[in-house]
Amino acid sequence: MFAFTKESEEKIETILAKYPEERKMSALLPFLTLTQRQEGWVSPEAMVEIGKRLDVSPAYVQSVCSFYTMYFQYPAGKYIIRFCHNISCYLNGSDSLLDYLSKKLNVEVGGTTDDKKFSLIKEECLAECSAAPVMRVNDDYHVNLTKESIDKIIDSLK
Amino acid sequence: MTQILLKNFEVEGLTTLKVYEKLGGYKSLKKAFSMKPEEVLNEVKNSGLRGRGGAGFPTGLKWSFLAKDSFPRYFACNADESEPGTCKDRILLEKNPHLLIEGLIVSSYACLIETGYIYFRGEFQDVADLMDEAIAEAYKKGYLGKNILGSGFNFDLYTHLGAGAYICGEESALLNSLTGMRGEPRSKPPFPAVQGLYDKPTVINNVETVCVVPWIVNEGSEAYKKLGTEKSTGTKLVSVSGHVNKPANVEIEMGTPVSKIIEMCGGMRNGNKLKAFIPGGSSVPMLGIEHIDVAYDYESLKEAGSMLGSGALIVMDETTNIVEATMRLAYFYMHESCGKCTPCREGTRWLYQMLGEVLNRRGSPETIKTLQDACDNMAMKTFCPLADAAVAPVVSSIDLFPEDYKSFFAEAAATAG
Repeated sequence: MFAFTKESEEKIETILAKYPEERKMSALLPFLTLTQRQEGWVSPEAMVEIGKRLDVSPAYVQSVCSFYTMYFQYPAGKYIIRFCHNISCYLNGSDSLLDYLSKKLNVEVGGTTDDKKFSLIKEECLAECSAAPVMRVNDDYHVNLTKESIDKIIDSLK
Repeated sequence: MTQILLKNFEVEGLTTLKVYEKLGGYKSLKKAFSMKPEEVLNEVKNSGLRGRGGAGFPTGLKWSFLAKDSFPRYFACNADESEPGTCKDRILLEKNPHLLIEGLIVSSYACLIETGYIYFRGEFQDVADLMDEAIAEAYKKGYLGKNILGSGFNFDLYTHLGAGAYICGEESALLNSLTGMRGEPRSKPPFPAVQGLYDKPTVINNVETVCVVPWIVNEGSEAYKKLGTEKSTGTKLVSVSGHVNKPANVEIEMGTPVSKIIEMCGGMRNGNKLKAFIPGGSSVPMLGIEHIDVAYDYESLKEAGSMLGSGALIVMDETTNIVEATMRLAYFYMHESCGKCTPCREGTRWLYQMLGEVLNRRGSPETIKTLQDACDNMAMKTFCPLADAAVAPVVSSIDLFPEDYKSFFAEAAATAG
């Protein structure tokens, strides 16, 4: 069963107020984001609920949800690590750092650790190229990464 | 050096309304409201300001294309910065959110727009939160909402986040995404100025473009035209990354030589020799060392065989494996192709696979021909320019560095033992 929490319901009101009433489908991405923040992923049950709220079918919700790379349709880790591997980060040694992090967490790139603490994802440019290499852990950016700084960041996460 | 965009960046508390106002912030509103909307529009048109998102289309002209007598109109500010190498909008959003708000108010006044959305890429949750705070402050002070400063002009501004899709930086895909759809580009025409968000006339401008507008209103278009070159007026934020000693966002006057920009960033890393640079983000052709002194402006870069694009200067030194770097870019476009148009969906995958063949020493001169042929069948054959962008680094790297490709061919590998 899926239900929005009281806190989420309050946010829903703020979200819906942003768009013309007859255009409430605009709230679809914000609703998906909100759901993922609440649950850690977007379940089929949540899609049904979102569809009801916005007068669209669950299949439509899924078609949109599957287009965007930030949504998980399966339970992901508590910490989502998005590690940039594209051009500016690549030129500054991101490959070996990603390899290091993958070994440190003992998880394949694209996977989630057994304890569901970390999901490690290869990212296509996070727009902090002048401070490469870069990764994002949940909402936080970490720049100018080195093995040492990666150790520090990961070890500080409970 | 005149600073328009990075001005006051070192001032503590710049993100707060109080500090921003103290430094002259929101001053342009009064001046704009003392003018007629079309006068503000003409001022921007006359300034020669061109879109800083990538295409470089004249901003004032874009505004003047709005369908007449059709209301409501919308403003969609493009903060979907995702072009590899580009990080200039993020710094503006992070350090000076009120500058964007001020720019959006004045620009919307000029275009008779009463509702605006800032479309952030999903990863920019942190700066979007900061923007929400700044917007709340601006409402409280009466800079947003009804009858702003007694002018009779109303303007509401909202933030909206995407969720991971490079393609949403393309304007029609952005509008689809903002409507609650998959971020797939629309066929054009109709252009957004006629049929945009909710099928209403819509202006879409990049963050940096909008951030220039208050300065133009305050100082006048003639003052802006004095900066830069005749056809590329003003200043430009350049995101410098790669093999330089101090990668940074720098504000330059249009027409500054690339060699000078590299110097501003501490010169080449370890004193290495430059091999190639990509002047305008991953979507434009790379250039070799013979162009090191090319002037950084729209015309000169075009003449040199590339483009100014989003203003991201990616510097690669002599240690760079060009084939691998090109393959990395090819991976990007394969990953980000929305899949709507066949030449792009299939082509981006082929490019990546063929580059992989070369890199794994299974290639031959035939592979290069097939690569070029595939590029030929992708460029200009799709709804949006993503396929053209995917082709740019491949074609240019083969042209510039054929020897690098050859060194990976199967025979070459065999001879080398």
